[in-house]
Amino acid sequence: MTAAALGAAADTPPPARQGRWVRSEEARGLAMISPTFLYALALLLLPVLTVLAYSFWTQDYLDIDRTFTLENYRQALTEPIYRDLFVRSLWISLVVSVATVVFSYPIAWFISFHGGVHRNLWLFLVTVPCWTSYLLRVMSWKVILGYGGVLNTGLISLGLIDEPVTSLLYNSNAVVITLVHSWAAFAILPIYVSLQKIDRTLIEAARDLGDSRMRAFFRVTLPLSLPGVVSAFLIVMIPTVGDYVTPRLVGGKDGVMIATAIQTQFGKGANWPLGAALSVTTMVLVSLAAAVVVFALKFAVRRIR
Amino acid sequence: MNALTQRLRLIPLLPAYVAVYFLFLYLPILLLPVFSFNNAATTTFPLAGFTTKWYASLVGNTVMLEAARNSLVVGVTVSLLSTLLGICAARAITRYRFRGQKAAAGLIMAPLFLPEIIVAVSLLMIVLAMGLELSLLTVILGQTVFCVPYAMSVLVSGFEGFDRSLEEASYDLGETALGTFRRVTLPVVAPAIVSSLLVSFTISLDEFILAFFLSGTEPTLPVYIWGQLRFAAKLPGVLALGTIMLAASILMLTFAEILRRRAERRTQMALMLP
Repeated sequence: MTAAALGAAADTPPPARQGRWVRSEEARGLAMISPTFLYALALLLLPVLTVLAYSFWTQDYLDIDRTFTLENYRQALTEPIYRDLFVRSLWISLVVSVATVVFSYPIAWFISFHGGVHRNLWLFLVTVPCWTSYLLRVMSWKVILGYGGVLNTGLISLGLIDEPVTSLLYNSNAVVITLVHSWAAFAILPIYVSLQKIDRTLIEAARDLGDSRMRAFFRVTLPLSLPGVVSAFLIVMIPTVGDYVTPRLVGGKDGVMIATAIQTQFGKGANWPLGAALSVTTMVLVSLAAAVVVFALKFAVRRIR
Repeated sequence: MNALTQRLRLIPLLPAYVAVYFLFLYLPILLLPVFSFNNAATTTFPLAGFTTKWYASLVGNTVMLEAARNSLVVGVTVSLLSTLLGICAARAITRYRFRGQKAAAGLIMAPLFLPEIIVAVSLLMIVLAMGLELSLLTVILGQTVFCVPYAMSVLVSGFEGFDRSLEEASYDLGETALGTFRRVTLPVVAPAIVSSLLVSFTISLDEFILAFFLSGTEPTLPVYIWGQLRFAAKLPGVLALGTIMLAASILMLTFAEILRRRAERRTQMALMLP
């Protein structure tokens, strides 16, 4: 940063004494970014801080009691219903993110190493399903997995099964399948970007020095693409923990996640402080879980090397 | 046995995997149009014959048309607003270096790394705490927060590699700041801007959670669909509506992609000029 700033300073002619800073690159940059930054400050940071504040307050019928209390957090962490929801949400987001990264990696690798001149087309094809309506995609999975759904009636008319399989929809597996589908592109893109950055001669060198394809992959390609894997992992795991639509549409009773409980506190339950505490706890827990996994991943890859 | 393993080896493993993966990606999306033309109220195989009656049923549906109008208003405003904000941020990041650049960009991009429900809930709290009414305006404000990161990514890739000496040359040759922007900067970055508008519009059109929490009594299309999903009998109509939205999204994304590529080529060409 300082080096870059120095370099930039060296580029510009020596400024006049008056209004020096105002005309500097730094001032212009700050001025340029400020509308967007202030918008994000007002409509993202401020609201999130409000949630944080509310989580330490108490709902007193229609009023808010602003004395500091940890009661909401005690409730969020000790009541069995919320504990179960936290555990399930974290578990589902963990399974979804691991599965998404594992299944998407070969695709990113394929596009990067064998995509040829059509790489951009491949990437586009990967992103199209993810940018079409999320709600419609979840609904489509409901149609596919249902008792009288596409998969069951399709398999029956092919003569592969005699009776519909009931275990497809309304459980956590259905939630996982749907979420893995929803987040595919978000995993493929960062992995692809980090694979693109790898100097191909390094892999050739490993091969020339006698590594098998497999070994060269595990010792060169995989470790070098780790930053992409990590950001893919984070960009999938953190948002999925709070998913609302998928559990509601395909999760059934066994697939309920924490977002439903949060939504209830802002709707029928009308206990904003508890809802706020549940939101904050979700964020803290998922950040901790993600940190542990990222650390374990880095450790594992270092061991392979 | 030996012959079998030999034959298995002949199947190219990776391309086969890629094919299966793409089938998984596209299957749910392709089923919407298939069943929207199916002459049955349920989504089962075998198909029951071709019909357009589900589309015809949409025409007189005033509640749906009202929701579509709301979506259009929200989508256009959000795409304009987030592209405008995205231009400022993308320009600041690609053109200048300053302290706090990373932190500012991090905050702007943060919605990508947050569970959407938390963004929605926090916006709902602050809107109601300030005593504002939930309306399309609150949806617009919320969705803009969510769309700016996408707009910014598209714009940064369009602005990157834009050679600032072109602008300096224009100043040196006597153009005003406005003239330079109109005659030098804009032609190079225009495709990226249009692409950003299209992408933001698509995201806004399909966005559900923020609209669900912030829309009050004026539903957007996804909120309307959510309400319809409770009734099994309404499913085919929803599938028809979904197919139309899908087609619109794909068209806009394709157009955005073509423009983005043109933008890439233009900045490269601008770089090659002596």
